[in-house]
Amino acid sequence: MTITEKILARESGAKIVSPGDNIWVNCGILLTHDVCGPGTIGIFQREFGKDAKVFDREKVVILPDHYIYTADEKAHRNVDTLRAFVKEQGLPYFYDPGTDSYCGVCHVALPELGHVRPGETIFGTDSHTCTHGALGAFSTGIGNTDAGFILGAGKLLVKVPPTLRFVLDGELPPYLSAKDLILHIIGDISVDGATYCAMEFTGTAIDALSIDERCTICNMAVEAGAKNGIIAPDQKTFDYVNARTKKPYEPLFSDPDAKVLAEHRYDVSKLEPVVARPHLPDNKALARACRDVKVDQVYIGSCTGGKLDDFIMAAKLMKGRKVAVRTLIVPATRVVEQGLADTKIDGQSLREIFESAGVEPIAPPSCAACLGGPIDTFGRTHGKEVVVSTTNRNFIGRMGSKDSQIYLASPYTAAATALTGHITDPRDV
Amino acid sequence: MPKETLIRGPVYVLEDNIDTDLLIPACYLNLVPTIPEEYRKLGSYALAGLPDTFPKYAANPDGTTPYPIVIGGRNFGCGSSREHAPIALGAAGAKAVVAESYARIFFRNSVATGEIFPLESEQRLCAEFKTGDEAEIDIAKGTLTRLSDGKTFALKPVGAVAPVIAAGGMFAYAREIGMIKK
Repeated sequence: MTITEKILARESGAKIVSPGDNIWVNCGILLTHDVCGPGTIGIFQREFGKDAKVFDREKVVILPDHYIYTADEKAHRNVDTLRAFVKEQGLPYFYDPGTDSYCGVCHVALPELGHVRPGETIFGTDSHTCTHGALGAFSTGIGNTDAGFILGAGKLLVKVPPTLRFVLDGELPPYLSAKDLILHIIGDISVDGATYCAMEFTGTAIDALSIDERCTICNMAVEAGAKNGIIAPDQKTFDYVNARTKKPYEPLFSDPDAKVLAEHRYDVSKLEPVVARPHLPDNKALARACRDVKVDQVYIGSCTGGKLDDFIMAAKLMKGRKVAVRTLIVPATRVVEQGLADTKIDGQSLREIFESAGVEPIAPPSCAACLGGPIDTFGRTHGKEVVVSTTNRNFIGRMGSKDSQIYLASPYTAAATALTGHITDPRDV
Repeated sequence: MPKETLIRGPVYVLEDNIDTDLLIPACYLNLVPTIPEEYRKLGSYALAGLPDTFPKYAANPDGTTPYPIVIGGRNFGCGSSREHAPIALGAAGAKAVVAESYARIFFRNSVATGEIFPLESEQRLCAEFKTGDEAEIDIAKGTLTRLSDGKTFALKPVGAVAPVIAAGGMFAYAREIGMIKK
């Protein structure tokens, strides 16, 4: 069996499962946030009763992150709904905006907090829950109804996905990053190329990636339609997890002879920096082929491109230089924000590098303009802006305005573009 | 889940890769679907993310839609896990989507909520229909018929989720099989 099949088998009490089986799977962690939490709670209370208790308080994690820095009254009401539920249920893992416990973007915070452990199952009311497969967990996005069901029942009916294996070997060239790898893959298999499948990433290039970078790869599995993205855990994973939690876990691994639906192989040493042009993540083009595209805004943030490693990449290019266009920096979490102050390149902190380069005042952690959001959201587009962004989706209207054009890119390419004002291959600055 | 096995009315025709930001833009995700007033409001914003060249979907004065059937191409509902997407369609009065294929979470949310029937067509229908054509879906027979000329198009069998659809959604199904208390 594959790692995905093994986790689902163990959590459903079956010895063996096969792709296509419909099985009841125990939930290890249920993750929700301010946009889908209130509706999930509403369904839970409607279906299980006003006095119902959640299936396991230790397994519910609530990380508000979407609409935090806004004057929108309903957004505030929704966080209040979460607060009331947390109090009533006595939930220990609630990271309340406006308090010291606030973290920021849920998919960067969840592993930071030690809630992601190899071999476990994670269900989250957000499509980018697939991020957490980077640590060897089965992790997938669900809707409010399924989440409301889990809150009461602790399990969910899941169809076992077939696995697509991506073998990435070779040494990553300078200025190429995990974001380029996943944009290459999505561009090759298309936005529905992995529909209903598990995407398993392996190979020497994956082994060499940091945890942040592995998260970038699994984060965008859903952009190819996948149910989950997953990377087998290794010593790097165990060190990361063990530094953040004392909870025991049992990792699982694919059998060498595990059956997969298809295998795709890449020699990453031959790949070049790419962007995804408007309005789909599979609309791949070489960054060099887009140098005529003038840009109004560069956005570096989100669960895809707002981690510490993303800002280190951007800072390497921006150090000692000035940006030519409006450049927005949104650290995903408080931990990343602190990292901007603590991480130095030749004695200068990332924050100092960005500020000297002339970026906009660095925003507090949240999802911000990645998905548009309320009208007063930081960085939201309002007109015909052309944006290069380290985020995950470039759909029409994704960052606010239906008329703006979003190019998805790596932190290197985004930073290079910020310096020149037109789409720029990071090897050319 | 709408229990009718016959769905009749004008169709609203879309294309491939209709994403959840088109179905319900994120600025409306402050609305909570389990609050009845906000559920109705979500319906009035269904497909509000489409470019302005498309006719308004929820075009009735009360915020509902004149189009109970939506026709799409491949990968309908791609993107976010926001359940607001099938809910907005259902709240607007859509009964069914007929597409060549679906994104996983949208399909699942449609089935789990029972808001709309996510039906798959055997062939590509985007070019066969234009918005406003009168059509009839016969769920039991698995057909979509264009009423102007009687031409009938086959729908794919629903497959493994049939019992969940038949029960009327995830909770009804789980109660039926004894997974949770009645």
